[in-house]
Amino acid sequence: MSDQTVSIKTLKIDGRDVSARADETILAVAQQNGIDIPTLCHLDGLTPVGACRLCLVEIAGSNKLLPACVTTVREGMEVFTESEKLNRYRKMILELLFSERNHICAVCVSNGHCDLQDLAVRLGVDFIRYPYLHPVEKVDASHDRFVQDDNRCVLCGRCVRVCGELEGAHTWDFMGRGVQTRVITDLDTPWGESDSCTRCGKCVHVCPTGALIEKGRSVAEMAKRRQFLPYLTLMRQEDQQ
Amino acid sequence: MLINDELQQIAQPILDEEAGAEHSIRVCVAAGCISSGSDKVLKELKAQVKERGLEGRCLVKGVGCMGPCAGGPVVRVDDGDVMYHNVGSDDAGEILDSLDGEPVKRLAQSMDTPFFKRQVKIALENSGVIDPERLEDYVAHEGYHALARVLTQMQPWEIIDEVTRSGLRGRGGAGYPAGLKWSTVAKAGGTKKYAVCNADEGDPGAFMDRSVLESDPHRVLEGMAIAAMAVGADQGYIYVRAEYPLAIKRLEKAIKQSERAGILGKRVLGTTYDFHVDVRLGAGAFVCGEETALLASIEGRRGTPRPRPPYPAESGLFGQSTLINNVETYANIPALIRNGADWFSSMGTETSKGTKVFALAGKVNNTGLIEVPMGTTLRDIVYEIGGGIPEDRPFKAVQTGGPSGGCIPADHLDSPVDYETLSKLGSIMGSGGMIVMDESSNMVDVAKYFMEFTTSESCGKCVPCRVGTTHMENLLTKILSGEATHHDLQLLEELCDLLQNTSLCGLGQAAPNPVVSTLRYFRHEYQALLTDDEVETTAQEEAE
Repeated sequence: MSDQTVSIKTLKIDGRDVSARADETILAVAQQNGIDIPTLCHLDGLTPVGACRLCLVEIAGSNKLLPACVTTVREGMEVFTESEKLNRYRKMILELLFSERNHICAVCVSNGHCDLQDLAVRLGVDFIRYPYLHPVEKVDASHDRFVQDDNRCVLCGRCVRVCGELEGAHTWDFMGRGVQTRVITDLDTPWGESDSCTRCGKCVHVCPTGALIEKGRSVAEMAKRRQFLPYLTLMRQEDQQ
Repeated sequence: MLINDELQQIAQPILDEEAGAEHSIRVCVAAGCISSGSDKVLKELKAQVKERGLEGRCLVKGVGCMGPCAGGPVVRVDDGDVMYHNVGSDDAGEILDSLDGEPVKRLAQSMDTPFFKRQVKIALENSGVIDPERLEDYVAHEGYHALARVLTQMQPWEIIDEVTRSGLRGRGGAGYPAGLKWSTVAKAGGTKKYAVCNADEGDPGAFMDRSVLESDPHRVLEGMAIAAMAVGADQGYIYVRAEYPLAIKRLEKAIKQSERAGILGKRVLGTTYDFHVDVRLGAGAFVCGEETALLASIEGRRGTPRPRPPYPAESGLFGQSTLINNVETYANIPALIRNGADWFSSMGTETSKGTKVFALAGKVNNTGLIEVPMGTTLRDIVYEIGGGIPEDRPFKAVQTGGPSGGCIPADHLDSPVDYETLSKLGSIMGSGGMIVMDESSNMVDVAKYFMEFTTSESCGKCVPCRVGTTHMENLLTKILSGEATHHDLQLLEELCDLLQNTSLCGLGQAAPNPVVSTLRYFRHEYQALLTDDEVETTAQEEAE
């Protein structure tokens, strides 16, 4: 990669002139320039999937909104990361997420350390207009160190990706479809009985909410540590070179 | 021409049979007629022909769909202008008795009706004519002649040019110009390319692709082989939903037959060009009709869509450049190549060329499979070809495009059926489902039916579609139960807008269409169900 010539593009993000390598995404370039686009399913070091739709941005000359995490830059592109319309959609998406399962911050181990909560604060979601669906989801505490609480899962798929891509275990995957989708270990066996799980705990720490947690944590005690992710990603990239 | 001689040889048995026979009896053996017992009729006719010593003089064969599916089992004797409907196996004797005389009045339905006269068949030209399980019959009806021609007389760019000039657009729903798609794949880099056929037809009430596959499977294979040659692919996949067992059986048989005859597989028709085709089965997910989800499913992964770009033409199956077209698109190719682009583009409208197959269903007298030139008006389809509505009840709306489409009301009955007009009216061409509704249908109910469908078919990957469809379905249920207020209607409309603009794939983006189109034309039906009289603009004004 490094010894190849990479073409450089110049573009505008929120009115600022920025430069980028041709293979970089709008999100990456925005981050480099201190422009913070809201994201949930994205995490640096994992393959972007464009699933949460929070990072949608407007591009001049196109009436389609594009996910910044998977859209690569183009020469002369004019990107707008904030607008009345984008903010309205982002708030609605968060409202939908809050209404989908049982996100009750006050009793959550991740209270104060939760990406979903942070996004809601940042985007000013102070009221959920959609009726809560209040599903009864399972809690799997069969693992000796970790707990999976589906009630707090937002189906971002970070655990699935970190397990498959970085740990190489592929313990996690999705099952079912629509609002019935769940993340499962192995072939929907209890986590504690999983043959493939290496007990590394990466899934727990990339999880944006309190859906995957360490045992023995009480309310607001479950802070996630993600420092390993850029380190592992960097090491892997250097290995490949 | 060596190749043409070979094809002639393959077809010879059929030509001999036909030359020796005085009469031919064709029995529909597509899924619709088989389910009402046409296989027994065919068996009985064959047995009695044998018993009476009529073999050779009277040909009896199973053929594909003849169109009037509601009248099955359907039988046609010779090329006369009657067709027998609702034939039972005990009618076999009477049909044979009548061979040299008057047709059996009791069963006969005239074919001198708009249902047959107004149709123009390209994709269905062999349906109801040839035996779908015999390669020889297909070849005898000019089958694989177009492939022979492109192999011996045309360069890949000439094929693409022909398709581009014909104005053929994708028949899967969105109507993307086929020539443009082909040339994009042809220009893409890479040594390995794929040609994929999308046969994951899933719209409720639609059965166009199934009928084509059951009635004329070789036609789709020939179309794919021509496309593959044009774009430089040597491997094809047909992704068929597992709910179509007969189509799968006939496809697999067709592939074996054509490989054995040296038409497909290694060294196609003796040339240096290879093209292998394999069948892949869907496992019951509607979203796998979306091209990126379909490719993921062929690769053996979970069938969920991914953001485009990159489009499959650039990075498709196993990361390689891939051409994906729908069954009907491929089925148009052989005739298009044989007769030329000018012939094809002489049919249809300015922007939509050729014909379109529709599965006509609902409150209409002649339900079944039809193929009409693009630009035919909805009124002609419903009242002429469809024969109007039972008991002359008033027409209310026609639903096109399935769960991604919309309802078109009576005011627009004179609109021509083409891609642009339908989308301007808030619906889509879609793959060809067409459901006629009379006054007994409640449009909120219709919207809820389709919303239920998309909710249960949402893959769950992106948030707006996964959660949004659930809330929309719940809101429609609430409106129908008479407990909803104007506020609920406003929430519903906001969700429509959200899903259309933010969903990841076409399923989510088009999911609100049934609601949006019924709100556009039948808003009063929604309002009549609301509990409060609040003026609707208040909430909006408040927000502003």
